Amino acid sequence: MQNIITRLGQKSLNFFIYIGGVFNLLVGTFFQVFIPPFRRKELFVQMYRVGVLSLPIVFLVSLFTGMVLALQSAYQLTKMNAQIYISSLVALSMVRELGPVLTALVVAGRVGASITAELGTMKVTEQIDALGTLAVNPVKYLVVPRFLALCIMLPLLTVYADFIGIVGGYLIGVYKLLIGSTIYVKMTFDPLEFKDVFTGLFKSFVFAAIICIVSCYEGFRTEGGAEGVGKATTFSVVTSFILIIAADCLFTALFYFVFP
Amino acid sequence: MIEIINLSRSFGDNKVLQNLNLTVNSGEVMVIIGRSGCGKSVLLKHIIGLLKPDFGQIIIEGEDVTKMEDKELDQLRLSFGMLFQGAALFDSMTVCENVGFALKEHTDMPEYQIREKVARALELVGLKGIESLMPVELSGGMKKRVGLARAICNNPKIVLYDEPTTGVDPIMADAINELIIDLNHKLKVTSIVVTHDMVSAYKIADRIAMLYNGKIVEVGPVDDIRNTEDPLVRQFITGASKGPITEN
Repeated sequence: MQNIITRLGQKSLNFFIYIGGVFNLLVGTFFQVFIPPFRRKELFVQMYRVGVLSLPIVFLVSLFTGMVLALQSAYQLTKMNAQIYISSLVALSMVRELGPVLTALVVAGRVGASITAELGTMKVTEQIDALGTLAVNPVKYLVVPRFLALCIMLPLLTVYADFIGIVGGYLIGVYKLLIGSTIYVKMTFDPLEFKDVFTGLFKSFVFAAIICIVSCYEGFRTEGGAEGVGKATTFSVVTSFILIIAADCLFTALFYFVFP
Repeated sequence: MIEIINLSRSFGDNKVLQNLNLTVNSGEVMVIIGRSGCGKSVLLKHIIGLLKPDFGQIIIEGEDVTKMEDKELDQLRLSFGMLFQGAALFDSMTVCENVGFALKEHTDMPEYQIREKVARALELVGLKGIESLMPVELSGGMKKRVGLARAICNNPKIVLYDEPTTGVDPIMADAINELIIDLNHKLKVTSIVVTHDMVSAYKIADRIAMLYNGKIVEVGPVDDIRNTEDPLVRQFITGASKGPITEN
Protein backbone atom coordinates (compact mmCIF):
# COMPACT_ATOMS: atom_id res chain seq x y z
CA MET A 1 0.00 0.00 0.00
CA GLN A 2 2.78 2.39 1.02
CA ASN A 3 4.57 1.43 -2.19
CA ILE A 4 1.54 2.40 -4.28
CA ILE A 5 1.21 5.76 -2.53
CA THR A 6 4.93 6.44 -2.99
CA ARG A 7 4.71 5.66 -6.70
CA LEU A 8 1.57 7.76 -7.06
CA GLY A 9 3.33 10.64 -5.32
CA GLN A 10 6.39 10.24 -7.54
CA LYS A 11 4.24 10.20 -10.70
CA SER A 12 2.32 13.31 -9.62
CA LEU A 13 5.57 15.06 -8.79
CA ASN A 14 7.02 14.18 -12.22
CA PHE A 15 3.82 15.47 -13.84
CA PHE A 16 4.07 18.83 -12.08
CA ILE A 17 7.80 19.06 -12.83
CA TYR A 18 6.95 18.47 -16.51
CA ILE A 19 4.19 21.09 -16.55
CA GLY A 20 6.48 23.54 -14.74
CA GLY A 21 9.29 22.89 -17.23
CA VAL A 22 7.04 23.38 -20.27
CA PHE A 23 5.56 26.57 -18.81
CA ASN A 24 9.01 27.86 -17.93
CA LEU A 25 10.21 27.28 -21.51
CA LEU A 26 7.09 29.00 -22.89
CA VAL A 27 7.66 32.10 -20.74
CA GLY A 28 11.40 32.09 -21.54
CA THR A 29 10.63 31.87 -25.26
CA PHE A 30 8.09 34.74 -25.16
CA PHE A 31 10.67 36.83 -23.32
CA GLN A 32 13.47 36.02 -25.77
CA VAL A 33 11.31 36.81 -28.84
CA PHE A 34 11.65 40.54 -28.09
CA ILE A 35 15.35 40.58 -27.24
CA PRO A 36 17.84 41.28 -30.06
CA PRO A 37 19.64 39.93 -32.02
CA PHE A 38 16.79 38.88 -34.33
CA ARG A 39 17.89 35.96 -36.46
CA ARG A 40 16.00 36.66 -39.68
CA LYS A 41 17.92 34.17 -41.80
CA GLU A 42 17.31 31.31 -39.37
CA LEU A 43 13.62 32.33 -39.15
CA PHE A 44 13.24 32.05 -42.94
CA VAL A 45 14.99 28.68 -42.96
CA GLN A 46 12.58 27.40 -40.30
CA MET A 47 9.55 28.93 -42.06
CA TYR A 48 10.56 27.05 -45.19
CA ARG A 49 10.98 23.78 -43.29
CA VAL A 50 7.76 24.17 -41.29
CA GLY A 51 5.53 25.71 -43.92
CA VAL A 52 6.66 25.18 -47.50
CA LEU A 53 7.77 21.59 -47.01
CA SER A 54 4.46 20.75 -45.31
CA LEU A 55 2.39 21.96 -48.27
CA PRO A 56 2.15 18.60 -50.11
CA ILE A 57 1.04 16.54 -47.10
CA VAL A 58 -1.41 19.22 -45.94
CA PHE A 59 -2.76 19.35 -49.49
CA LEU A 60 -3.41 15.59 -49.59
CA VAL A 61 -4.88 15.34 -46.09
CA SER A 62 -7.25 18.27 -46.50
CA LEU A 63 -8.30 17.39 -50.06
CA PHE A 64 -9.27 13.86 -49.01
CA THR A 65 -10.92 15.12 -45.83
CA GLY A 66 -13.03 17.58 -47.84
CA MET A 67 -14.05 14.82 -50.25
CA VAL A 68 -14.88 12.38 -47.45
CA LEU A 69 -16.88 15.04 -45.60
CA ALA A 70 -18.95 15.72 -48.74
CA LEU A 71 -19.60 12.02 -49.32
CA GLN A 72 -20.45 11.25 -45.68
CA SER A 73 -22.81 14.21 -45.38
CA ALA A 74 -24.43 13.29 -48.71
CA TYR A 75 -25.22 9.90 -47.23
CA GLN A 76 -27.48 11.59 -44.65
CA LEU A 77 -28.60 14.73 -46.44
CA THR A 78 -29.85 13.04 -49.65
CA LYS A 79 -32.30 11.09 -47.49
CA MET A 80 -33.79 14.43 -46.44
CA ASN A 81 -33.39 15.90 -49.91
CA ALA A 82 -31.05 18.53 -48.51
CA GLN A 83 -27.92 17.97 -50.62
CA ILE A 84 -27.73 21.70 -51.14
CA TYR A 85 -26.37 22.04 -47.59
CA ILE A 86 -23.43 19.74 -48.24
CA SER A 87 -21.26 22.67 -49.30
CA SER A 88 -22.09 24.69 -46.15
CA LEU A 89 -21.38 21.67 -43.97
CA VAL A 90 -18.01 21.05 -45.63
CA ALA A 91 -17.02 24.72 -45.45
CA LEU A 92 -18.00 25.23 -41.81
CA SER A 93 -16.48 21.93 -40.67
CA MET A 94 -13.21 22.65 -42.46
CA VAL A 95 -12.85 26.28 -41.36
CA ARG A 96 -14.02 25.90 -37.76
CA GLU A 97 -12.62 22.50 -36.88
CA LEU A 98 -10.94 20.14 -39.31
CA GLY A 99 -8.67 22.64 -41.05
CA PRO A 100 -6.92 23.82 -37.87
CA VAL A 101 -6.92 20.44 -36.07
CA LEU A 102 -5.85 18.20 -38.95
CA THR A 103 -3.15 20.65 -40.05
CA ALA A 104 -1.85 20.88 -36.48
CA LEU A 105 -1.77 17.08 -36.16
CA VAL A 106 0.03 16.70 -39.49
CA VAL A 107 2.56 19.40 -38.56
CA ALA A 108 3.04 17.91 -35.06
CA GLY A 109 3.86 14.57 -36.68
CA ARG A 110 6.11 15.98 -39.36
CA VAL A 111 7.73 19.06 -37.84
CA GLY A 112 7.36 18.43 -34.09
CA ALA A 113 9.04 15.04 -34.42
CA SER A 114 11.89 16.49 -36.44
CA ILE A 115 12.43 19.34 -33.95
CA THR A 116 12.63 16.89 -31.02
CA ALA A 117 14.94 14.54 -32.92
CA GLU A 118 17.24 17.41 -33.97
CA LEU A 119 17.39 19.09 -30.56
CA GLY A 120 17.57 15.70 -28.79
CA THR A 121 20.58 14.69 -30.88
CA MET A 122 22.18 18.07 -30.17
CA LYS A 123 21.56 17.49 -26.46
CA VAL A 124 23.07 14.01 -26.28
CA THR A 125 26.10 15.05 -28.35
CA GLU A 126 26.62 18.05 -26.00
CA GLN A 127 26.03 20.60 -28.78
CA ILE A 128 23.51 22.43 -26.58
CA ASP A 129 26.09 22.62 -23.77
CA ALA A 130 28.58 23.85 -26.37
CA LEU A 131 26.20 26.70 -27.28
CA GLY A 132 26.10 27.63 -23.60
CA THR A 133 29.90 27.64 -23.30
CA LEU A 134 30.05 29.96 -26.34
CA ALA A 135 27.78 32.37 -24.43
CA VAL A 136 24.77 31.78 -26.70
CA ASN A 137 21.38 31.19 -25.09
CA PRO A 138 20.00 27.89 -26.49
CA VAL A 139 16.39 29.09 -26.11
CA LYS A 140 17.13 32.24 -28.08
CA TYR A 141 19.18 30.43 -30.71
CA LEU A 142 17.15 27.25 -31.18
CA VAL A 143 13.61 27.73 -29.83
CA VAL A 144 12.73 31.30 -30.84
CA PRO A 145 13.14 30.87 -34.65
CA ARG A 146 11.14 27.61 -34.54
CA PHE A 147 8.47 29.20 -32.34
CA LEU A 148 8.01 32.21 -34.62
CA ALA A 149 8.12 30.05 -37.76
CA LEU A 150 5.39 27.77 -36.39
CA CYS A 151 3.24 30.67 -35.15
CA ILE A 152 3.41 32.31 -38.58
CA MET A 153 3.23 29.25 -40.82
CA LEU A 154 0.65 27.08 -39.04
CA PRO A 155 -2.19 29.65 -39.41
CA LEU A 156 -1.17 30.13 -43.07
CA LEU A 157 -1.15 26.37 -43.61
CA THR A 158 -4.58 26.27 -41.95
CA VAL A 159 -5.99 28.81 -44.43
CA TYR A 160 -4.49 26.70 -47.22
CA ALA A 161 -6.00 23.51 -45.72
CA ASP A 162 -9.43 25.18 -45.39
CA PHE A 163 -9.33 26.17 -49.05
CA ILE A 164 -8.13 22.76 -50.30
CA GLY A 165 -10.75 20.98 -48.15
CA ILE A 166 -13.46 23.14 -49.66
CA VAL A 167 -12.09 22.33 -53.13
CA GLY A 168 -12.24 18.61 -52.25
CA GLY A 169 -15.88 18.98 -51.22
CA TYR A 170 -16.58 20.95 -54.41
CA LEU A 171 -15.14 18.16 -56.60
CA ILE A 172 -17.45 15.59 -55.02
CA GLY A 173 -20.46 17.92 -54.75
CA VAL A 174 -20.32 19.21 -58.30
CA TYR A 175 -18.96 16.24 -60.27
CA LYS A 176 -20.31 13.29 -58.30
CA LEU A 177 -23.43 14.56 -56.54
CA LEU A 178 -24.27 16.89 -59.46
CA ILE A 179 -24.97 20.02 -57.44
CA GLY A 180 -24.71 23.16 -59.60
CA SER A 181 -21.32 24.84 -59.43
CA THR A 182 -22.65 28.37 -58.77
CA ILE A 183 -25.04 27.28 -56.04
CA TYR A 184 -22.33 25.13 -54.45
CA VAL A 185 -19.93 28.09 -54.25
CA LYS A 186 -22.68 30.41 -52.99
CA MET A 187 -23.73 27.92 -50.30
CA THR A 188 -20.07 27.52 -49.30
CA PHE A 189 -19.44 31.20 -48.60
CA ASP A 190 -22.89 32.39 -47.49
CA PRO A 191 -22.89 30.79 -44.04
CA LEU A 192 -19.21 31.59 -43.36
CA GLU A 193 -18.73 34.47 -40.95
CA PHE A 194 -15.64 36.26 -39.72
CA LYS A 195 -15.87 34.54 -36.32
CA ASP A 196 -15.64 31.11 -37.99
CA VAL A 197 -12.38 31.99 -39.68
CA PHE A 198 -11.06 33.85 -36.63
CA THR A 199 -11.73 31.05 -34.12
CA GLY A 200 -10.11 28.52 -36.47
CA LEU A 201 -7.01 30.65 -36.91
CA PHE A 202 -6.83 31.47 -33.20
CA LYS A 203 -6.84 27.76 -32.42
CA SER A 204 -4.11 27.11 -34.97
CA PHE A 205 -1.97 29.76 -33.31
CA VAL A 206 -2.39 28.00 -29.94
CA PHE A 207 -1.59 24.65 -31.57
CA ALA A 208 1.59 26.14 -33.05
CA ALA A 209 2.76 27.18 -29.59
CA ILE A 210 1.93 23.72 -28.20
CA ILE A 211 3.83 21.89 -30.96
CA CYS A 212 6.91 24.09 -30.65
CA ILE A 213 7.21 24.21 -26.88
CA VAL A 214 6.48 20.49 -26.32
CA SER A 215 8.87 19.34 -29.04
CA CYS A 216 11.66 21.71 -27.97
CA TYR A 217 11.20 20.82 -24.30
CA GLU A 218 11.38 17.12 -25.08
CA GLY A 219 14.49 17.74 -27.19
CA PHE A 220 16.19 19.66 -24.38
CA ARG A 221 15.56 16.96 -21.78
CA THR A 222 16.63 14.04 -23.98
CA GLU A 223 19.10 11.68 -22.34
CA GLY A 224 20.81 8.45 -23.24
CA GLY A 225 21.93 8.40 -26.87
CA ALA A 226 20.00 7.14 -29.88
CA GLU A 227 17.44 5.24 -27.79
CA GLY A 228 16.77 8.39 -25.77
CA VAL A 229 16.24 10.43 -28.94
CA GLY A 230 13.74 7.82 -30.20
CA LYS A 231 11.82 7.82 -26.92
CA ALA A 232 11.79 11.62 -26.70
CA THR A 233 10.50 11.91 -30.26
CA THR A 234 7.66 9.45 -29.65
CA PHE A 235 6.76 11.13 -26.38
CA SER A 236 6.84 14.56 -27.99
CA VAL A 237 4.45 13.59 -30.81
CA VAL A 238 2.04 11.77 -28.46
CA THR A 239 2.02 14.67 -25.98
CA SER A 240 1.50 17.23 -28.76
CA PHE A 241 -1.43 15.20 -30.17
CA ILE A 242 -3.12 14.93 -26.77
CA LEU A 243 -2.58 18.61 -25.95
CA ILE A 244 -3.82 19.72 -29.39
CA ILE A 245 -7.05 17.75 -28.99
CA ALA A 246 -7.48 18.93 -25.38
CA ALA A 247 -6.84 22.57 -26.33
CA ASP A 248 -9.23 22.18 -29.27
CA CYS A 249 -11.95 20.95 -26.91
CA LEU A 250 -11.29 23.78 -24.47
CA PHE A 251 -11.28 26.57 -27.07
CA THR A 252 -14.24 25.19 -29.02
CA ALA A 253 -16.27 25.18 -25.80
CA LEU A 254 -15.00 28.66 -24.93
CA PHE A 255 -15.85 30.11 -28.35
CA TYR A 256 -19.23 28.38 -28.29
CA PHE A 257 -20.16 30.51 -25.30
CA VAL A 258 -18.22 33.68 -26.22
CA PHE A 259 -19.41 33.82 -29.85
CA PRO A 260 -22.73 31.96 -29.72
CA MET B 1 43.15 31.95 -10.25
CA ILE B 2 40.26 29.53 -9.87
CA GLU B 3 39.20 28.51 -6.36
CA ILE B 4 36.67 25.76 -5.85
CA ILE B 5 35.37 25.74 -2.29
CA ASN B 6 33.22 23.01 -0.71
CA LEU B 7 31.50 22.24 -4.01
CA SER B 8 28.69 19.69 -3.66
CA ARG B 9 26.24 18.38 -6.22
CA SER B 10 23.86 15.41 -6.24
CA PHE B 11 21.75 13.92 -9.02
CA GLY B 12 18.87 12.21 -7.23
CA ASP B 13 20.46 9.99 -4.57
CA ASN B 14 23.81 9.99 -6.35
CA LYS B 15 26.20 12.38 -4.59
CA VAL B 16 28.60 13.19 -7.43
CA LEU B 17 30.59 15.99 -5.78
CA GLN B 18 30.93 16.22 -2.00
CA ASN B 19 32.66 19.22 -0.44
CA LEU B 20 35.23 19.36 -3.20
CA ASN B 21 38.07 21.85 -2.74
CA LEU B 22 40.68 22.73 -5.37
CA THR B 23 42.74 25.74 -6.41
CA VAL B 24 44.05 26.22 -9.94
CA ASN B 25 46.76 28.85 -10.39
CA SER B 26 46.81 31.21 -13.35
CA GLY B 27 48.79 29.92 -16.31
CA GLU B 28 49.17 26.35 -15.08
CA VAL B 29 47.95 23.09 -16.60
CA MET B 30 45.91 21.31 -13.92
CA VAL B 31 45.03 17.73 -14.81
CA ILE B 32 42.16 16.14 -12.92
CA ILE B 33 42.29 12.35 -13.01
CA GLY B 34 39.69 9.87 -11.83
CA ARG B 35 37.64 6.93 -12.94
CA SER B 36 35.01 7.20 -15.67
CA GLY B 37 31.77 8.54 -14.26
CA CYS B 38 33.36 9.90 -11.07
CA GLY B 39 32.17 13.45 -11.76
CA LYS B 40 35.09 14.99 -13.64
CA SER B 41 32.93 16.33 -16.48
CA VAL B 42 30.32 17.51 -13.96
CA LEU B 43 33.06 19.49 -12.24
CA LEU B 44 34.06 21.15 -15.53
CA LYS B 45 30.44 22.04 -16.28
CA HIS B 46 30.19 23.68 -12.84
CA ILE B 47 33.33 25.74 -13.49
CA ILE B 48 31.87 27.17 -16.70
CA GLY B 49 28.45 27.67 -15.09
CA LEU B 50 26.50 25.13 -17.17
CA LEU B 51 25.48 23.40 -13.94
CA LYS B 52 24.64 24.98 -10.59
CA PRO B 53 25.92 23.30 -7.42
CA ASP B 54 23.71 22.31 -4.47
CA PHE B 55 26.13 24.36 -2.39
CA GLY B 56 29.70 25.60 -2.50
CA GLN B 57 31.52 28.31 -4.41
CA ILE B 58 33.66 28.66 -7.52
CA ILE B 59 35.68 31.87 -7.42
CA ILE B 60 37.23 32.97 -10.70
CA GLU B 61 39.30 36.17 -10.55
CA GLY B 62 37.48 37.17 -7.36
CA GLU B 63 33.93 36.53 -8.64
CA ASP B 64 31.66 33.69 -7.58
CA VAL B 65 30.43 31.85 -10.68
CA THR B 66 27.67 30.06 -8.77
CA LYS B 67 25.97 33.37 -7.88
CA MET B 68 26.16 34.93 -11.35
CA GLU B 69 23.12 35.93 -13.41
CA ASP B 70 22.87 34.72 -17.02
CA LYS B 71 24.30 37.97 -18.45
CA GLU B 72 27.34 37.95 -16.16
CA LEU B 73 27.86 34.27 -16.91
CA ASP B 74 27.82 34.94 -20.65
CA GLN B 75 30.43 37.68 -20.16
CA LEU B 76 32.59 35.27 -18.17
CA ARG B 77 32.17 32.50 -20.74
CA LEU B 78 33.65 34.72 -23.42
CA SER B 79 36.96 34.37 -21.57
CA PHE B 80 36.59 30.57 -21.55
CA GLY B 81 37.14 27.89 -24.16
CA MET B 82 35.88 24.37 -23.73
CA LEU B 83 36.76 21.22 -25.62
CA PHE B 84 34.07 18.57 -25.20
CA GLN B 85 34.67 14.84 -24.99
CA GLY B 86 32.95 14.22 -28.34
CA ALA B 87 34.04 17.64 -29.70
CA ALA B 88 30.34 18.74 -29.84
CA LEU B 89 30.73 20.42 -33.21
CA PHE B 90 27.50 21.88 -34.60
CA ASP B 91 26.76 19.38 -37.34
CA SER B 92 24.60 21.74 -39.39
CA MET B 93 27.56 24.10 -39.87
CA THR B 94 30.86 23.93 -41.75
CA VAL B 95 34.19 23.77 -39.92
CA CYS B 96 34.65 27.50 -40.59
CA GLU B 97 31.24 28.41 -39.14
CA ASN B 98 31.92 26.19 -36.12
CA VAL B 99 35.32 27.67 -35.33
CA GLY B 100 34.21 31.27 -35.96
CA PHE B 101 30.88 30.87 -34.14
CA ALA B 102 31.73 32.92 -31.03
CA LEU B 103 33.32 35.70 -33.09
CA LYS B 104 30.27 35.94 -35.33
CA GLU B 105 27.88 35.95 -32.38
CA HIS B 106 29.70 38.33 -30.07
CA THR B 107 31.78 40.71 -32.18
CA ASP B 108 31.17 43.10 -35.07
CA MET B 109 34.16 41.65 -36.87
CA PRO B 110 33.70 41.62 -40.66
CA GLU B 111 33.43 38.24 -42.37
CA TYR B 112 36.93 38.34 -43.91
CA GLN B 113 38.53 38.99 -40.51
CA ILE B 114 36.63 36.09 -38.96
CA ARG B 115 37.85 33.89 -41.82
CA GLU B 116 41.43 34.98 -41.15
CA LYS B 117 41.11 34.21 -37.44
CA VAL B 118 39.52 30.84 -38.19
CA ALA B 119 42.34 30.00 -40.60
CA ARG B 120 44.91 30.91 -37.94
CA ALA B 121 43.16 28.80 -35.27
CA LEU B 122 42.96 25.85 -37.66
CA GLU B 123 46.63 26.25 -38.54
CA LEU B 124 47.47 26.22 -34.84
CA VAL B 125 45.78 22.81 -34.47
CA GLY B 126 47.43 21.52 -37.65
CA LEU B 127 44.37 21.46 -39.89
CA LYS B 128 44.99 24.04 -42.59
CA GLY B 129 42.47 24.45 -45.40
CA ILE B 130 39.55 22.35 -44.15
CA GLU B 131 37.21 25.32 -43.57
CA SER B 132 34.54 24.21 -46.00
CA LEU B 133 34.22 20.62 -44.74
CA MET B 134 31.22 19.51 -42.66
CA PRO B 135 31.82 17.81 -39.27
CA VAL B 136 30.45 14.52 -40.62
CA GLU B 137 33.37 14.42 -43.11
CA LEU B 138 36.00 14.55 -40.33
CA SER B 139 37.68 11.71 -38.43
CA GLY B 140 37.44 11.52 -34.62
CA GLY B 141 40.87 13.08 -34.13
CA MET B 142 40.16 15.87 -36.60
CA LYS B 143 36.86 16.64 -34.85
CA LYS B 144 38.70 17.01 -31.54
CA ARG B 145 41.20 19.35 -33.10
CA VAL B 146 38.46 21.43 -34.75
CA GLY B 147 36.73 21.50 -31.33
CA LEU B 148 39.99 22.77 -29.90
CA ALA B 149 40.29 25.41 -32.63
CA ARG B 150 36.75 26.56 -31.76
CA ALA B 151 37.70 26.71 -28.07
CA ILE B 152 40.76 28.91 -28.69
CA CYS B 153 39.51 31.08 -31.57
CA ASN B 154 38.14 33.68 -29.14
CA ASN B 155 41.53 34.06 -27.36
CA PRO B 156 40.31 32.63 -24.05
CA LYS B 157 42.12 33.03 -20.74
CA ILE B 158 40.98 29.65 -19.42
CA VAL B 159 40.56 26.48 -21.49
CA LEU B 160 38.73 23.42 -20.18
CA TYR B 161 39.46 20.07 -21.81
CA ASP B 162 37.08 17.15 -21.27
CA GLU B 163 39.01 13.95 -22.02
CA PRO B 164 40.94 15.39 -24.97
CA THR B 165 42.71 12.12 -25.84
CA THR B 166 39.86 9.65 -25.35
CA GLY B 167 38.83 7.82 -28.50
CA VAL B 168 41.78 8.83 -30.64
CA ASP B 169 44.77 6.72 -31.65
CA PRO B 170 48.02 7.02 -29.58
CA ILE B 171 49.81 9.10 -32.21
CA MET B 172 46.89 11.53 -32.49
CA ALA B 173 46.65 11.54 -28.67
CA ASP B 174 50.28 12.61 -28.45
CA ALA B 175 49.69 15.28 -31.10
CA ILE B 176 46.80 16.63 -29.00
CA ASN B 177 49.02 16.57 -25.90
CA GLU B 178 51.68 18.57 -27.73
CA LEU B 179 48.98 20.96 -28.85
CA ILE B 180 47.77 21.55 -25.29
CA ILE B 181 51.32 22.23 -24.08
CA ASP B 182 51.96 24.45 -27.07
CA LEU B 183 48.78 26.47 -26.56
CA ASN B 184 49.61 26.89 -22.92
CA HIS B 185 53.01 28.32 -23.78
CA LYS B 186 51.91 30.40 -26.78
CA LEU B 187 48.63 31.80 -25.46
CA LYS B 188 49.52 31.75 -21.73
CA VAL B 189 46.15 30.27 -20.83
CA THR B 190 45.13 28.48 -17.67
CA SER B 191 44.16 24.92 -18.60
CA ILE B 192 42.07 22.40 -16.71
CA VAL B 193 42.23 18.97 -18.28
CA VAL B 194 40.01 16.12 -17.21
CA THR B 195 41.30 12.70 -18.23
CA HIS B 196 41.93 9.12 -17.18
CA ASP B 197 44.78 8.76 -19.63
CA MET B 198 47.90 8.74 -17.39
CA VAL B 199 50.37 9.03 -20.28
CA SER B 200 48.68 12.26 -21.27
CA ALA B 201 48.43 13.46 -17.65
CA TYR B 202 52.16 12.98 -16.99
CA LYS B 203 53.08 14.70 -20.23
CA ILE B 204 50.97 17.86 -20.03
CA ALA B 205 50.39 18.52 -16.33
CA ASP B 206 52.00 21.11 -14.09
CA ARG B 207 49.96 19.63 -11.26
CA ILE B 208 47.67 16.60 -11.03
CA ALA B 209 44.61 16.23 -8.79
CA MET B 210 42.81 12.96 -8.23
CA LEU B 211 39.03 12.95 -7.86
CA TYR B 212 37.50 10.04 -5.98
CA ASN B 213 34.10 9.71 -4.33
CA GLY B 214 33.28 13.35 -5.04
CA LYS B 215 36.43 14.72 -3.38
CA ILE B 216 39.96 15.62 -4.39
CA VAL B 217 41.99 12.97 -2.55
CA GLU B 218 45.43 14.20 -3.58
CA VAL B 219 46.86 17.12 -5.50
CA GLY B 220 50.46 17.88 -6.35
CA PRO B 221 53.17 18.24 -9.00
CA VAL B 222 53.61 15.38 -11.46
CA ASP B 223 56.57 13.80 -9.65
CA ASP B 224 54.79 13.87 -6.28
CA ILE B 225 51.82 12.05 -7.79
CA ARG B 226 54.05 9.58 -9.61
CA ASN B 227 55.81 8.69 -6.32
CA THR B 228 52.78 8.91 -4.07
CA GLU B 229 52.32 6.56 -1.12
CA ASP B 230 48.53 7.02 -1.12
CA PRO B 231 47.09 3.56 -1.96
CA LEU B 232 44.07 5.03 -3.80
CA VAL B 233 46.14 7.19 -6.12
CA ARG B 234 48.78 4.44 -6.54
CA GLN B 235 46.11 1.97 -7.65
CA PHE B 236 44.72 4.42 -10.19
CA ILE B 237 48.01 5.58 -11.70
CA THR B 238 49.35 2.04 -11.97
CA GLY B 239 46.04 0.77 -13.34
CA ALA B 240 45.78 -2.10 -10.84
CA SER B 241 42.43 -3.88 -10.68
CA LYS B 242 42.97 -4.86 -7.01
CA GLY B 243 43.17 -2.22 -4.31
CA PRO B 244 41.08 0.17 -2.24
CA ILE B 245 39.15 1.49 -5.26
CA THR B 246 36.08 -0.67 -5.58
CA GLU B 247 33.58 -1.05 -8.42
CA ASN B 248 31.24 1.52 -6.90
